[in-house]
Amino acid sequence: MHFGRRELLLSTALFIGRGVAARAGVIAGQLPWRPGAGAPPEPVLPGSWVFFTDAEGAAIEALAERIIPPDSDTPGGKEAGSAIFIDRQLAGPYGRQEGLYVRPPFLKGVKEQGPQDEAGPAQQYRAGLAALDRYCRASYGGKAFAELADADKDAILAGLESASVKLDGADGKTFFELTLKDVQQGFFADPIYGGNRDMVAWRMIGYPGARYDYRDWIGRHNERFPLPPVGITGRSDWTPRKAEGSK
Amino acid sequence: MFRRLIAIAAGFVLAIVACWAYFAWVDRTTPMDPSIVRAGAQDFAEIERGRYLTAAADCAACHNGPGTSPLAGGRPVETPFGDILAPNITPDRETGIGAWSDADFDGAVRLGRRRDGGLLYPAMPFPYYAKMSRDDVHSIRAYLNTVAPARNKVAPNQLPFPFSIRASMHVWDALYFAPGAFEPEGAKSAAWNRGAYLVEGPGHCGACHTPKTFLGGDETSEALQGYAIQGWFAPDITNDEGRGLGGWSLEGIVSYLKTGHNRFAAATGPMAEEVALSSSRLTDADLNAIATYLKSQPGRTEAVATLSSADPAMIAGGAIYRDTCSGCHAGDGKGVPNLFPALADSSAVRSDDPASLIRVILRGARSVATPAEPTAPGMPAFGWQLNDEQLAAVVTYIRNSWGSSAPAVSPDDVRKTRAALAWRSD
Amino acid sequence: MTRKLPRKDVVIIGLGWTGSIMANELTDEGLDVVAIERGPWRDAAIDFPPNYDQDELRYRIRHELFLRPDQTTFTFRNNMSQTALPIRTWGAFMPPNGVGGGGVHWNAETWRFLPSDFVLKTHLTERYGAGFLPPDMTIQDWGVTYDEIEPYYDRFEYLCGTSGLAGNLNGQIQAGGNPFEGPRSRPYPNPPQAQPFSHTLFAKAARELGYKPFPQPSGNMSQAYKNPLGVRLGPCTYCGFCEWFGCGNNSKASPQTTILPVLVRKSNFLARDNCEVTRINTDRSGKRATGVTFVDTSGEEWEQPADLVILSAYTVFNVQLLLLSGIGKPYDPIANEGVIGRNFTHQTISDVTGFFDKAKFNFNPFIASGAIGMCIDEFNGDNFDHGPHGFVGGGYMGQVQTNGRPIETTPVPAGTPRWGAAWKSAVRDNYLSTVKPGTGVHGSFYSYRDIYLDLDPSYKDRLGRPLMRMTIDFHENELKQNAFLTDRFDEIIKAMGARETLKEYRKGPYDITKYQTTHLCGGAVMGAEPSVSAINRYLQSWDVSNLFVMGASAFPQNAGYNPTGTLAALAYWSADAIRTQYLRNPGPLVHV
Repeated sequence: MHFGRRELLLSTALFIGRGVAARAGVIAGQLPWRPGAGAPPEPVLPGSWVFFTDAEGAAIEALAERIIPPDSDTPGGKEAGSAIFIDRQLAGPYGRQEGLYVRPPFLKGVKEQGPQDEAGPAQQYRAGLAALDRYCRASYGGKAFAELADADKDAILAGLESASVKLDGADGKTFFELTLKDVQQGFFADPIYGGNRDMVAWRMIGYPGARYDYRDWIGRHNERFPLPPVGITGRSDWTPRKAEGSK
Repeated sequence: MFRRLIAIAAGFVLAIVACWAYFAWVDRTTPMDPSIVRAGAQDFAEIERGRYLTAAADCAACHNGPGTSPLAGGRPVETPFGDILAPNITPDRETGIGAWSDADFDGAVRLGRRRDGGLLYPAMPFPYYAKMSRDDVHSIRAYLNTVAPARNKVAPNQLPFPFSIRASMHVWDALYFAPGAFEPEGAKSAAWNRGAYLVEGPGHCGACHTPKTFLGGDETSEALQGYAIQGWFAPDITNDEGRGLGGWSLEGIVSYLKTGHNRFAAATGPMAEEVALSSSRLTDADLNAIATYLKSQPGRTEAVATLSSADPAMIAGGAIYRDTCSGCHAGDGKGVPNLFPALADSSAVRSDDPASLIRVILRGARSVATPAEPTAPGMPAFGWQLNDEQLAAVVTYIRNSWGSSAPAVSPDDVRKTRAALAWRSD
Repeated sequence: MTRKLPRKDVVIIGLGWTGSIMANELTDEGLDVVAIERGPWRDAAIDFPPNYDQDELRYRIRHELFLRPDQTTFTFRNNMSQTALPIRTWGAFMPPNGVGGGGVHWNAETWRFLPSDFVLKTHLTERYGAGFLPPDMTIQDWGVTYDEIEPYYDRFEYLCGTSGLAGNLNGQIQAGGNPFEGPRSRPYPNPPQAQPFSHTLFAKAARELGYKPFPQPSGNMSQAYKNPLGVRLGPCTYCGFCEWFGCGNNSKASPQTTILPVLVRKSNFLARDNCEVTRINTDRSGKRATGVTFVDTSGEEWEQPADLVILSAYTVFNVQLLLLSGIGKPYDPIANEGVIGRNFTHQTISDVTGFFDKAKFNFNPFIASGAIGMCIDEFNGDNFDHGPHGFVGGGYMGQVQTNGRPIETTPVPAGTPRWGAAWKSAVRDNYLSTVKPGTGVHGSFYSYRDIYLDLDPSYKDRLGRPLMRMTIDFHENELKQNAFLTDRFDEIIKAMGARETLKEYRKGPYDITKYQTTHLCGGAVMGAEPSVSAINRYLQSWDVSNLFVMGASAFPQNAGYNPTGTLAALAYWSADAIRTQYLRNPGPLVHV
């Protein structure tokens, strides 16, 4: 808004005779700024599945609930929202493996050379869940994963982890590792991403969340930090409570 | 607001009809006395003096236009009655003021008269510039003559009817304009007088900082007590303890004007531009004089009650503050000197009108960089993160913590400010 | 169709730490400078403000501030018998992207190398004999000494407001500091940071074992600071979102918080962001650079002519540009000839996690900064007698725990299942009472004949250029070094009172999926001999005298410290040589 003389002169000098608009940023004269600048995160909105089908969603919820089972203190992965987290992540750049190097040829190397699959997470979940479903129905009398008893679910998970359970149409171990990682990440990430609802995971471990100032605590050794966790969009205490009896 | 405009329009029409005849033949110009010998326009000392006064008068803030060379005009200046395009004041003969005589120029700056006899709108702060002496204005002219002439035709101004009738300015001038240069007060110190001259004259601080009547003239009984302008609130700059400069030292005021920063404040928005183009270029002595004068302006006596810390807004605001503001502004509100303003003891925080406060929190801000303080730290935007209720709570909290007292801010205040800012691009 | 821009005195490729230092120095000299940066402009208030910087998923897991492999990546293999495959997603290191480069997301651990590190070949040969060194180890002397660049270390530390406690002031050992460090001419500009509980416990245990612990030199401010350029930094608030993240409150030293506000105001400086330099152009003789060619976001090609070219694009990109521009002789590991790509190194990192009784210990791991730490240096460099151990090199070790971010840092004891109720309760029971430094053992990585960079024969980036190929594996020397250091580290963690420790030695083969710092070094090393170095002691190219190559690509081998302090000092040293010698008489500064 406020044109420094220098900035004016420079920007004019650069493009005289070029007849071109700036094709990338040119920074000169002052630090760039504009009102409301920045790229704040967009919180996940609750609602129906965006990526998963209902059956897939049920399967992921069931997987999340066994990977992180509920206990008396803390909900499990399903109630905490890990499946919602994964659903929204798969519908976005993560699912599409945006930004990753996805050029051919796709060759198999040693494990130290890292993943070399053409398929990104979205495709891997589709294929993996379909393969898991086929396996369950074939091995457990036509039942889907979500319909099995907990002990059977755990046995399948352990089998995928150890590669003793083989899936047809997907690599079971790869699918297991992916699901494990995403369920647990969704459990611990900021609630804006759909998991860690009400910051239950953070309460479980005693992590205060998105705080930024511990100057008055750095010297308080071996003391429990007393404040509740806060997420990027705040906590309930940020909203003034209505006084008793008022509207 | 619209009803108000209708009333104003009706009043204007009547006034114009009534006063046209009377004012049309009153000669209000004081012709330049050709017998006074002045230094030649090429005189180095005069040009230097003119350059300094041009900086003090901050001509560039309005007359620097977008995409043109300095002082070539074209920038829209916001007024409550509409936007006015600042003219080209480079020496270009056709599109600037190159063809104007010195008398013409003096008439514009100190009398509000255009070369063709029409009257200038007070977007040009001629009521203030009138306090300058003829010599000062002549020096400014001498300097302006040396600025690169720029061909930039600025369309003549088009305020909406009835303000487009320039003759209506006769009424306004009668109410709000008293021509005549500044007269020093013998009982006051040299520094005070110099400060008074700078503030009331070229500095035209009151143009932004003095409340206005509904016709846009200064509310002189409330001089320098703050005014809402361009989506900001230019704060009280009297010596008011709570809302003004009462807690500022002379050095603090000088530091702010010169570098854009001091313990409490970081100049941003229109004041960032003022510091960069004007006050950072004044001498320390002059800045000290301005500070002396401002500190001599008495504050208001009415006390402001402190909101109880048990108020729900205070509790919520405190939680928000601790969780998200303290990382820069510190738990005790003291910030980091010259980097993150101290909200505790801050007069801007305690302003009657919290518009600037709400604005900065909603949209973020960048403070000014000057040679002495180049850091130009930025404040991030919180408008996406805090809703109206939360933002009102945290603003209320900082206005009533650490010994401060100021009226609470309501969610509705925030909502209105958000709406008013939505169309602004600055 | 490449369009030509008006000539500049200097073009700088990459506006990270060294690019910013060089830009500021050369604009001070009155030169007209343009800096071209592949990534975007970055700024705290806009890009990582303290109201959404605290997003572990976005910045730590999804790598928002880093280069996207899709823009360009590298290929990797352990040895020449393998086919190198692309690094499709980052793991072992995180190349920076954007103005500020690695200086935006670094921990800010600000070390100096040891005096012996700069004359490593001579020193080790003298002490242990040439036969002690593995025959394929290609370590070299640097061509500069610690004493020569000491004033420039000082300059960088004062630019940054480095928080620390001097251990050696002009030869006098100071209590509480690092007794092994080279002599420094004056104290640090800021006192050391306050340390969290577990760090002070580590120091206590180390002292009891006879070591001399000291606070890690930190570019996180221990107090508000105004640097010599007039730029102000705020005090670090121990937020625990430091490395991998930008600093939201101006308290981590970076180009943004120390140089750029002053630099952008200069009328003889211009920065272009989101423009990638694809080539350094030379004249017909190949001995003189004429400028660079770059591509903007529309894919348009531009030519920027300049009299002086500063290549400061990060280690691997420096080497890539030299190779793609035909500057210097590419390294051939089989013939053992050539220099561009030679002596490529990384860092040898390992960790020990200590599990403590939660009833007695509460560490609040989330209260931390990137460079917080209590360290010992007894096992770095040649600070101890290597004779009995059969390896050379070493590193600092310390409780340098920087965060308690839950996706990354929820450690569980060995044998804990990775999922299920047992996992969940182990996470809950250990979160607040576990010591997990992350890079607790920070060891050297010496250079070898078969660890190098060259151009990949098959994979290409989005512009059709060959990717850089890294051929790298751990040698016996580094694995031995690491095993020894990790065992020593484990002893201290146990002495702190851990009920059990989990040792994670660094084991071969080198794994591209496991993070080991972004301290990639070498490939365009400095030296006294053109046959074994790409640049001379002033970082001037032997082949193209108006080209200077900055950064850790200059390191003939990597020492047991973070590289930023040293590469920044070398940038100041080089800038000085340019200002006082080169500009007066352009041409080679060193004649052999």
